[in-house]
Amino acid sequence: MPMLDIKNLTLEIDTPMGWVSALDKVSLSIEPSEIRALVGESGSGKSLIVKSIVGAIPERWRVTADRMNWKGNDLLGMSASQRRAITRNDISVILQNASASLDPSATLREQIEESIPAHRLSKGWFWQRKQQRLDIAIQELHRVGIRDHNQCLSSYVHQLPEDICQKFSIAMALISRPKLLIADNPTVGMETTTKVQILKLLTRLNKTAGLSVLFVSHDLLAIAAMANTMTVLYCGQTVESGKMSQIKRRPLHPYTQALLDSAPSFRRDLPPKSPLSCLDGTIPTLQHLPIGCRLGPRCPRAQRECVKMPITRRIHGHEYACHFPLHRGKA
Amino acid sequence: MNSLLTVSGLSYRKNKNSLFGSQELFRLSPLSFELKRGETMAVMGENGSGKSLLAKLLVGVLEPEGGSILLNGEPVCNTSKQRRFSAIRMIFQHSKESLNPGLTLGRQLDEALILNTGMSASERKKQIENTLIQVGMLPEHQYFYRHMLSEGQHQRAAVARALILNPQVIVADEPFAALDPSVRSQTANLLMSLQQQLGLGFIFISHNLGIVRHISDRILVLEKGQVIESGKTEVIFNWPKSEYTKRTIQAHQELISGQ
Repeated sequence: MPMLDIKNLTLEIDTPMGWVSALDKVSLSIEPSEIRALVGESGSGKSLIVKSIVGAIPERWRVTADRMNWKGNDLLGMSASQRRAITRNDISVILQNASASLDPSATLREQIEESIPAHRLSKGWFWQRKQQRLDIAIQELHRVGIRDHNQCLSSYVHQLPEDICQKFSIAMALISRPKLLIADNPTVGMETTTKVQILKLLTRLNKTAGLSVLFVSHDLLAIAAMANTMTVLYCGQTVESGKMSQIKRRPLHPYTQALLDSAPSFRRDLPPKSPLSCLDGTIPTLQHLPIGCRLGPRCPRAQRECVKMPITRRIHGHEYACHFPLHRGKA
Repeated sequence: MNSLLTVSGLSYRKNKNSLFGSQELFRLSPLSFELKRGETMAVMGENGSGKSLLAKLLVGVLEPEGGSILLNGEPVCNTSKQRRFSAIRMIFQHSKESLNPGLTLGRQLDEALILNTGMSASERKKQIENTLIQVGMLPEHQYFYRHMLSEGQHQRAAVARALILNPQVIVADEPFAALDPSVRSQTANLLMSLQQQLGLGFIFISHNLGIVRHISDRILVLEKGQVIESGKTEVIFNWPKSEYTKRTIQAHQELISGQ
């Protein structure tokens, strides 16, 4: 049974032009101890999915879903306190730009000790608690590969380099022993060596602790290196999802193909300085969403049928939503 | 073919001056390179290795401590500032933030022309329209403000602002870092086709090794203000010499092959 199971999640935002669906029937499921990648360009609603999973959506927006289950319990139907308990204990989020998302006015020790849940402190007198907190903090820092814990704990955010901050925020996310770690663009703008370190850390946590990871990013190289399964999102619609190896070998949706082609490193045969293949135009804004398949205006294979939303089809666990998928040849 | 830009012995030193003498904060050791017409040189290095400093020295934001920059065999310090600034132009990392939100795109392009050329108003307008078409936008885009443009168009506007003075060298500081994959490919294609048409020399700074490998002819690797390696792209990617380059390229290969 999937741990997190989302089916046809729709998120509507109230704008002066009426209700706009920023997420349109998105489906996503995460099995225990798998790494799932969520790929999409900025503006495709990746962060909105993350926010609706943890329930950080303003109340005036409408969230509806056929199914949104956490281990069999309906997330949308439960009371606010129950839901908060789940996001507190079982789900953790790390954000992009770690140094900007940490508190600049407190030392890292204060921040990490504050996030230790009460149940991890064993019974003891109140004067023993302080030492216990410090021990837990140091232990977690070692786990994510920060060796010099004293210097890290006594510093403020601006005194540390970006990669240490990112590792620290992973440590802070892991301190409540979550089952699912949501990493929202954790490697954006990093150097290659630092990026590989962070990815290896996440892979190791996944292998040793059985942690599920939802890896949200648009960096295809990083995703291809670590993820087991992948969901591609375009403009609030799920376009294709399936096993990483399957999708990389044979994408079925034109958008996935374009995304894979845009990374020149995947293509050995590409002569240097030759033009890269890419789709024209950019992702539409929320005010100007096309009807039907939202890739329509940019899609090289679009035809008249594309103004209707294609139904999601499934071949060997590989799902796609397109009227004219790539394996059918030119229609 | 003789070289377009020749840099020899360029050095820079940043000091912190206090009451008790001065203390050296950063030092760019003398570096030299040549850039031919239509050639692309990539600059790699860690954060704080002096990549952006090199870009600033080349475009003339900072004065170098020593060494010379020759453009077509002529020292740039001797030529007038106007000629220097029209010949070497810069593209910044955040193209959106580098555009003025309060002026239309046309006004911003116009400013560069007013300051650096003696063109009449009608000539300037024509030049702006031609440049916009050249980077794949419409002439009407000159009446647009920053917030009305999409991300890809911001990047094109930044390129237009660099191109409008008919430069010979363009220095780009991380032009692809903050971009989505499809916009990144579009920008890379645009830069490569402009280079072919106009024979521009490119110097660009980037972390993205995939793109570096694809579009650059030569690579210069900096570490703590020193050139630790330079050479042809294929040579550096296949036979890296220094420790830093080996580490970075190995990490990149690992990413490609998937662990």
